[in-house]
Amino acid sequence: MSEPAILAEGLAKRFGKVRALDGVDLEVYEGSVLGLLGPNGAGKTTAIRILATLLRPDAGSALVGGYDVVRQPAQVRRLIGLTGQYAAVDELLSGQENLYMLGRLLGLPSKEARARAASLLESFELSDAALKTVKAYSGGMRRRLDLAASLVGRPRFLYLDEPTTGLDPRSRRQLWNMITGLVREGTTVLLTTQYLDEADQLADRIAVIDHGRVIAAGTSDELKSKTGGQVVEARVQPLDMASVARIMTEVSGNEASVDHDSQLITVPVGDPGMLRTASRQLDEAGITVSELALRRPSLDEVFFALTGRPADGEQPDQPDIEGSTT
Amino acid sequence: MSTAVTVGRAGPTSGRIAPREAIHHVLTVMRRNLLHIRSDPEQLVGMTIQPLMFLMLFVYVFGGAIAGSSRQYLQFALPGILVQGVAFTGFQTALGLNIDFQRGLIDRFRSLPISRSSVVAGRILADAVRVLWGVLIIAGFGMLLGFRFHGGFAGAIGGIALATLFGITVCWPMAFIGVSAKSPEAVNTWGFMIILPLTFASSVFAPASTMPGWLQAFVKVNPITKVVDATRGLMLGGPVARPLWQSLIWLIVITAVFAPLAISRYRRRV
Repeated sequence: MSEPAILAEGLAKRFGKVRALDGVDLEVYEGSVLGLLGPNGAGKTTAIRILATLLRPDAGSALVGGYDVVRQPAQVRRLIGLTGQYAAVDELLSGQENLYMLGRLLGLPSKEARARAASLLESFELSDAALKTVKAYSGGMRRRLDLAASLVGRPRFLYLDEPTTGLDPRSRRQLWNMITGLVREGTTVLLTTQYLDEADQLADRIAVIDHGRVIAAGTSDELKSKTGGQVVEARVQPLDMASVARIMTEVSGNEASVDHDSQLITVPVGDPGMLRTASRQLDEAGITVSELALRRPSLDEVFFALTGRPADGEQPDQPDIEGSTT
Repeated sequence: MSTAVTVGRAGPTSGRIAPREAIHHVLTVMRRNLLHIRSDPEQLVGMTIQPLMFLMLFVYVFGGAIAGSSRQYLQFALPGILVQGVAFTGFQTALGLNIDFQRGLIDRFRSLPISRSSVVAGRILADAVRVLWGVLIIAGFGMLLGFRFHGGFAGAIGGIALATLFGITVCWPMAFIGVSAKSPEAVNTWGFMIILPLTFASSVFAPASTMPGWLQAFVKVNPITKVVDATRGLMLGGPVARPLWQSLIWLIVITAVFAPLAISRYRRRV
């Protein structure tokens, strides 16, 4: 395999007492998408900021397109486009003026900057709002303009830091389509997200990051099979939930998780034959289930299996040990 | 999705930014900041109405009591209010930079292959235009109210130039506050705490000789007093040489201290 286009080794960064990054290695190949997946505070943004030359790492090194982010930041900046967590566009300018300004800052002659702005506005379905002040844009429009803004310089590498956080499902899907389009045209993308479906949808490879470390990496399929293969899922009446959960825990040897809202009980299983055993045991207990199925785990479950907690940023339940509560 | 989005990307050349490019970057950022006035006309109100209000209030409320007649006080106060007015223009510098940080725009600028000081310099250049605007508005309005330049044409131009230069100089410490403060609210707090006492405890509204000794001691070393005395001397005709060179030294010192501080803070802020 060829050299990775982005290569980070042992990146470490501390903010006061907090270790934001604690030895992160990343590889992104030309033309592919790496999804950096993790909860809030895992260190995703810090990693992106280092690769975008906005932060210096305390330790470790990173090459972007062969240039060192610490020693050759100016060369790196010529290769990258950055879309941060907040739509970093000028609220008091129009969409057109935002893109035109960036084109000029990137050295385009006035006429070309104007043409570039117009073509990007069209690509991102913002032509109608081109002359409106960004203050009047919706959240989805801002994000699209923000993405367009990071593309003015035709970057080889595009960094997207949680590009769809806070967007409604429709705008989210729209943005996904646009990102997919860019990748098809050959842009290399480094994407951070706390949404597992987003990583699943967009990324060729996923690095799961938690507490400043990469705890697993691979394709979505690899990650899913790495964590114990499959999941048995049962939909039952509310009254039966406790006993079904007990039976499924006994059969699989794993803790079954119970979702009261959807009346779903899920448990990871090592052996697909468990499905039949579970079915028989439920039958013997006289419980009817409306749905019983074997399926591959979702990335949510993968994340849970890797970290022992859900991916939405909650800390694991602390056992009540003395001195921990007052 | 058109294919025009990413094809034909430019390759990297070198890490250096040529001076001609840097000037172009500064002018582009300056243009951006001036365009803000169009979408946010309240900025213009702040730059125009506020100093006029000060002028009117002081001249017609206190003028008679301080100088015997508001007409006489106008002659005394106008150069001072000119200087005070431009000192407040620095707030735009501080708030503008601070908001750019909050909104993540600075991250965007810093991830571009442009020199980092060009964003601050472009900001201040735009504010220089605002300062000049403010000076001309106050001077023009003062003339309408009856202010007369007694220092001749050269004196009038010199006074206006000095006040403008002072306004631009104040932008540097204010830029430093803007990049250091955690929020726009903090900018306001710090800005007022510094600008308000400095402009009032000076010769802007009253001659230093009328103040108690302990205050005089401060007022006499206050750089704003020097600038006001020099501007007054130039505009009204009077002794200027000493306050003028003292003012210029102050302006150079303030810029030499705060410009590097503001730019290095800007570079290092996370």
